[in-house]
Amino acid sequence: MNLSSINIFIDHLRAGVLRFFSRGNQWRRRIFLFLAVIGPGIITSNVDNDAGGIATYTQAGSAYGYTLLWSLVPMTIALYVTMEMCARMGVITGKGLSDLIREEFGFRSTFFVMITGFFVDLFNVVAEFAGVAAAGQLFGLSKYVTVPLAAIIVWVLVLKGTYRFVEVVFLVLCSFYLSYLFSALLSHPDWVLAARMTIIPSGHMDTSYLLLLTALVGTTIAPWQFFYLQAGFVEKKVGPRQYPQARLDVLIGSISCMIIVFFIIVCTAATLNRNGLTNISDAGEAAKALIPLAGKWAAWTFAFGLLNASLFAATILPLSTAHVICEGLGLEAGLDHKFREAPAFYWLYTILIVVGGGIVLLPNAPLWKIFIFSQVGNGIWLPIVVIFILLLVNRRDLMGEHTNGFLFNLVAWVTAVAMIILTFVLVIQSIYQAFHPPAT
Amino acid sequence: MLYATELMGAAAYDAQANYVGRVREFFIEPADQPNRVSHFLISRGRFQPLVARYDQVSKVVPGRIDLNVNERALDAYQPNEAWLAVQKDLLDQQIIDTSGRKVVRVNDVDLSELRSNNHIELRIAQVDVGVPGAVRRLLQGLAPSSLVRRLQSKLPQRSIRWEFVNLIEPDPLRRVKLRITHEKLEDLHPADLAEMMEELSAAERQGIIASLDEETAAAVLAELDERLTTQIVEKLDPEKAADIIEEMAPDAAADLLADLPKETSEELLEEMPNREAHDVRELLAFDPSTAGGMMNTEFAFVSEGSSREEVLEWLRNQEFNLEQLDTMVILDKLGHFAGTVPIARILLAGPEQPMGELKTDPLVSITSDASEKDVFELFDKYNLRMLTVLDNDRRPIGVVTVDDVVSRLVNA
Repeated sequence: MNLSSINIFIDHLRAGVLRFFSRGNQWRRRIFLFLAVIGPGIITSNVDNDAGGIATYTQAGSAYGYTLLWSLVPMTIALYVTMEMCARMGVITGKGLSDLIREEFGFRSTFFVMITGFFVDLFNVVAEFAGVAAAGQLFGLSKYVTVPLAAIIVWVLVLKGTYRFVEVVFLVLCSFYLSYLFSALLSHPDWVLAARMTIIPSGHMDTSYLLLLTALVGTTIAPWQFFYLQAGFVEKKVGPRQYPQARLDVLIGSISCMIIVFFIIVCTAATLNRNGLTNISDAGEAAKALIPLAGKWAAWTFAFGLLNASLFAATILPLSTAHVICEGLGLEAGLDHKFREAPAFYWLYTILIVVGGGIVLLPNAPLWKIFIFSQVGNGIWLPIVVIFILLLVNRRDLMGEHTNGFLFNLVAWVTAVAMIILTFVLVIQSIYQAFHPPAT
Repeated sequence: MLYATELMGAAAYDAQANYVGRVREFFIEPADQPNRVSHFLISRGRFQPLVARYDQVSKVVPGRIDLNVNERALDAYQPNEAWLAVQKDLLDQQIIDTSGRKVVRVNDVDLSELRSNNHIELRIAQVDVGVPGAVRRLLQGLAPSSLVRRLQSKLPQRSIRWEFVNLIEPDPLRRVKLRITHEKLEDLHPADLAEMMEELSAAERQGIIASLDEETAAAVLAELDERLTTQIVEKLDPEKAADIIEEMAPDAAADLLADLPKETSEELLEEMPNREAHDVRELLAFDPSTAGGMMNTEFAFVSEGSSREEVLEWLRNQEFNLEQLDTMVILDKLGHFAGTVPIARILLAGPEQPMGELKTDPLVSITSDASEKDVFELFDKYNLRMLTVLDNDRRPIGVVTVDDVVSRLVNA
C-alpha cells in the first residue's frame, strides 16, 4: 500500500465518519460540527509536550515530587488564553499570523520575526531529534539508525501526504501520548496526594524550585505554536460560524496537554523522587532509571512516549517554521501545494530536517548547549510574538466585534507579562548554565 | 527609476533651500490621475504635518526632495479618504496581479519621473514583488542607497506593471472613492479568480464578491471551496445573495443552500423569483449522495420526431451555456425518455433526419434515488459525458454531467 492509497483510504474513512454524524439527532449533528473543525488546537497543544518539555517535566517530578503539580492549573489557563486569541484571529480574518504581522507592522518587523524564528526552531528541531536518539538508545538502537530513519519518515509524511491525511496522522499521534498514562499507572503513585497537590499550591521558595517552575512555563508555551495554530485554522477554512467549535478544540487541546504533563510528573515523582533519584535532567536517563523501580513496561511506555513526542514535534516544527517564513515573504506556502508550486516552502522544510537531524549525528555534538540555546531562543522570541498577538487581536479594523473584552484582555496581558518575566528569568539562568555546565 | 522606499523619510527643502521636514507618505488621487503621486506628506516633529502638491516639487533624488515654492505655500495635511496612501495602503499589502493571475504581496513601488516646465511628477510604473524590493526595505536607512542599488542590480527582478495591479479594498465606500473597480477581475476565468480569493482575508473576499456583477459572482462562488462559499453568502445582503444564487445553475445553487442553516436558505429562497426557487427546492428534496442530489434540472430535450433543422432552429432561440452543451435528451410522444443524441451526430446529420435515428445505443439512464456510486460506475462503464436522471414514470427530470462527476470524485 503506498501513501496515496492510504490518503484515499483515510479520506473515505473520514467522509464515512462525517456522514454518520451529519444525520440523525441533534447530538450527532453537534459532534459532526465539532469533528469538521477539530485538529489544530489539539495538535498544537500536544506538540508542546516535545522532547524538551518531557525533559523538564521529568526534572520537575524527580526533583520536587508532586509539589509542582499546582502550577498546571494556571498554566492551562495561560495556554488556553494565548492560543484562543490566535484561533480567533485565524477564524475571523482568514489570515495567518505572519501575514497579519507583515501587513500591520511592515517588512522589517516581519523579517526579524522570521529570522529569529528560523534559528530558534532549528535548535528546537535538533532537540527533537536528540529526543528520538535518546528513546532509540533505550530500545537498543543506535542513533545512526534512528535519527536518519526518523528524518525520512517525517519528510515523506509531509511531502507526500495531503493536509487531511497529515492531520489524521497527527491526531492519532496525539492519542499515543496516553502511553504516559500507562507509565503513571504502572508506577503506582499516591493518587490522593497528587490530586491534593494539584489543587493546593505549595511553594518552596528556593531558587532552583523557581527556575524549574519557569522552565515549565517556558517549554509549555512556545512561540512557534501560535503561528502553527492560526495557520491550521486558516488552512482548514474555518469561518466565524464555526468559531465555537474552534474554541472547543483549543480548550480540549490545552486541557489534554496538561493532563499528559500531570501523568509525566506523577510517574517520575512516584518512582525517581520517592527513591531518592532527584538529579535526573534527561528523559532518556529517566526511562532507564524506571526499569528497576517500576518494571520494564513502565520504562518502555515512557520511552515510547518520548519517541512519539519527539517525532511529532520534529514534523510540526519545521512545518510551522517554513510556513511562517514563506507567508511573511509572500511566497506560496502550505501542505495543499505541491513541491513545484511552493519550492521555497518545501526547501526550508527539508533544510530544517536535514540540518537538525545532522547536528545530532555529529560525534560529540554539544547537545546540552543546543538544548539551552533552544530554550533561550524561545524565551527571547515569545514576548515579541505575544505582544504582536495582543496588539493585533485588539485591532477593531481587523477583528470587528471580536476584539478582546476587558476581562479577557486583563487576563491576557497579565499572562503575557507573567510569561515575559518568567522566560526572562529562564533566559538568564540558561545563559548562566551555558557557561557553567553541570558536572556529568 | 526611483523607489518609494528610498523616498520615505527623505528630507524636503523649500525654494530657498530651507529644511521643511521629512516625507512620510505619498498619496495618489485615483479620481484625478490613476498613477500620479499627487501629494507628499511632510512631517516636521511636533508641528502639524504639511502636504506638497505634485506641481510644487522641482527635484527628486533618493533621500532628498526639493520644492519650487516657499514653505508657507504648502497646505496643512487633512486626511482624505479619496487618496490612496502608498505606504499604508500598498506596501506589504496583497494585490491581485491580473496578468499573472496571482495574489502577491507588494515589497516596494517603482516610480518613474516625468519632467514638466518647472516641476517634476512621479508616476507609479510598477510594483516590486521580488527580492530587490525586499532587500531595499530591509536595508533602507541602514546602508547607503548607492550600495543598496548596486546590490539589488545583481538580484532577479520580479515586478508587475501598474495597469495589471488590482487593489483589494474591503470597505465599499472607500472603494468607490478610490475608483477601484473589479472590471479586470471579471475578465479572468472564474476558476482562477476563485483560487486567488482563497488566499485573501475574509473581508477582502467579501469585498470582491460584493463588487462583481451577479453573473461573474455566481460563477466564482460555484468554483470556490464550499466552506468559503457559505461564509461569504451568509454575510451578503440577502437580496444580493438571492440575485447571485439565481444566476447559478440549479444544482450548484441547491448544493450551496444545502450547506447553509435552514433559516438562511429559506430566506434566500423567498427572495428568489418563483420559478428558480421552485427548481432549487425540488433539488433540495433529494439526498445529496444520490443521482437526484447530483443532477442539474436545466437540460436540453427535444422530441424524437423532430428533424435536425427544427432542432437547430429551436436551439438558436434558447439560452443554453453552449460551452457545456454536448448531448441532448430526446423524448417519445408521451414525454418518456427515448434516448440521447450527441451534438456531433446532429452536426453531421442530414437536414431532415429525425432525432430518433441519431440516438446513442444502448439507452442508459438512472433513477433519482440511485446512489452516487452507481452514477460513477455508469459513467466509467459507458464512457458517458452525460447521464439522464428519470423519475418513476421514466420521465427525464435532470441530467448529471461529467463535470459533476469529476468534482464529486475530487472532493470526495
